[in-house]
Amino acid sequence: MTTPLLSVTGLTKRYGPRIGCADVSFDLYPGEVLGIVGESGSGKSTLLSCLAGHQTTDLGQITYDGRNVLAMSETDRRRLGRTDWAYVHQNPRDGLRMGVSAGGNVGERLMAIGARHYGQIRDSATNWLGRVEIAADRIDDRPTAFSGGMQQRLQIARNLVTAPRLVFMDEPTGGLDVSVQARLLDLLRGLVRDLGLSVIIVTHDLAVVRLLAHRLMVMKSGRVVEQGLTDQVLDDPQHAYTQLLVSSVLAA
Amino acid sequence: MIRISNLSKDFILHNQGGTIIPVMAGADLTVAHGECVGLTGQSGSGKSTLIRMIYGNYLAAGGSILVGALDVATAAPRDIIALRRDTLGYVSQFLRVVPRVPTLDVVADPLLSLGVPAEQARHRAAELLTRLNIPQRLWSLSPTTFSGGEQQRVNIARGFAHPYPALLLDEPTASLDATNREVVLSLIEEAKARGAAILGIFHDEAARDRVCDRVVDVTGFTPKAAA
Repeated sequence: MTTPLLSVTGLTKRYGPRIGCADVSFDLYPGEVLGIVGESGSGKSTLLSCLAGHQTTDLGQITYDGRNVLAMSETDRRRLGRTDWAYVHQNPRDGLRMGVSAGGNVGERLMAIGARHYGQIRDSATNWLGRVEIAADRIDDRPTAFSGGMQQRLQIARNLVTAPRLVFMDEPTGGLDVSVQARLLDLLRGLVRDLGLSVIIVTHDLAVVRLLAHRLMVMKSGRVVEQGLTDQVLDDPQHAYTQLLVSSVLAA
Repeated sequence: MIRISNLSKDFILHNQGGTIIPVMAGADLTVAHGECVGLTGQSGSGKSTLIRMIYGNYLAAGGSILVGALDVATAAPRDIIALRRDTLGYVSQFLRVVPRVPTLDVVADPLLSLGVPAEQARHRAAELLTRLNIPQRLWSLSPTTFSGGEQQRVNIARGFAHPYPALLLDEPTASLDATNREVVLSLIEEAKARGAAILGIFHDEAARDRVCDRVVDVTGFTPKAAA
């Protein structure tokens, strides 16, 4: 029996008297994609940033690969964030250095873990740009010269170049037009399958999680109201809120 | 291979005054290796619901659904995912795929998830698409733009790409012409011959008579109080 890569128990975050997220527990196994859905303000982004260590957590436990994440020193946690973990922001501008070339953006993460050979760094960068379908002749261009969809793919390349095992994604397809979104979904599915990535993806787009996530957690007012197999939660929702959420989607 | 005992199901509509709709009670059914069982009953009698419960798409209210050694009614999501990958195939009436992905890759996808090398998976996909008369010029296009019958055949090719030990078929011959219907029926017969346990819904009576070893009327599983 394999053990979970990430194990979360009773995670709680308060903003003063208000609840960010409360008593969240789940296990994530290698190669698994977990979707988190809910309306704005449901606590899904708070949960993600607590998990990724971008915010402090008030209560609960996070175990990653047998290590207690919340008890780790800041240095160790940052190292984890640079190597084993990756975080894809909704807005690529938050995850990229806009003043540095595309190749530099990808190479920087490699240098942060000790790569020093310029030729090798450039080769890996070219290779990853190719994997996210960015032409090699754009390697010296800055992200400011890229479209939104290209920026998002560049952000993914920058994140995946260090071969992380766990990727956090906050609305990675939000703000992209649908044809670009489809391309990105295809890319993400392929990467998950080929690299065995574990992913936690926060989104409000139910169509995206249906195609990408194995399992789904539905959040409302900071709490998980329902979780299960993605298609089961969407096709046979048990909780009143999930039923409302699913039946409120407009069919295209 | 598939063993269902005392299975029940209710739908609770929280946003419509908490209406409880009991749709199934005391369902018992078995499907052995190499056997094809057809589900019959009027529209709305719960044939598709039963198929979806076996696939883990709908939650069971009570009872058990054994597929091999796994009880789908109580299994953890990750065990159901593994079951769907290795053991239990499902041909639904609808094709749900990531837009933009070429048809050949859509069909090869179940094999790729099993770790079959890409070359071999695409070869198998090409073989099935050829048999199901999908012209080669369409293979590099996404099936989202295909006609209903073509999508149905892509769905079937996908469902038969891996030799699943158990298969669920929801109207696999609907919207197909005579030639393609014949291909699908022979695919089902071949699957039976290699020992697959098949449970299907066939509105096409001639098809049902030909491939099914017996039929089960799901009307018998309808809760008495609601009737």
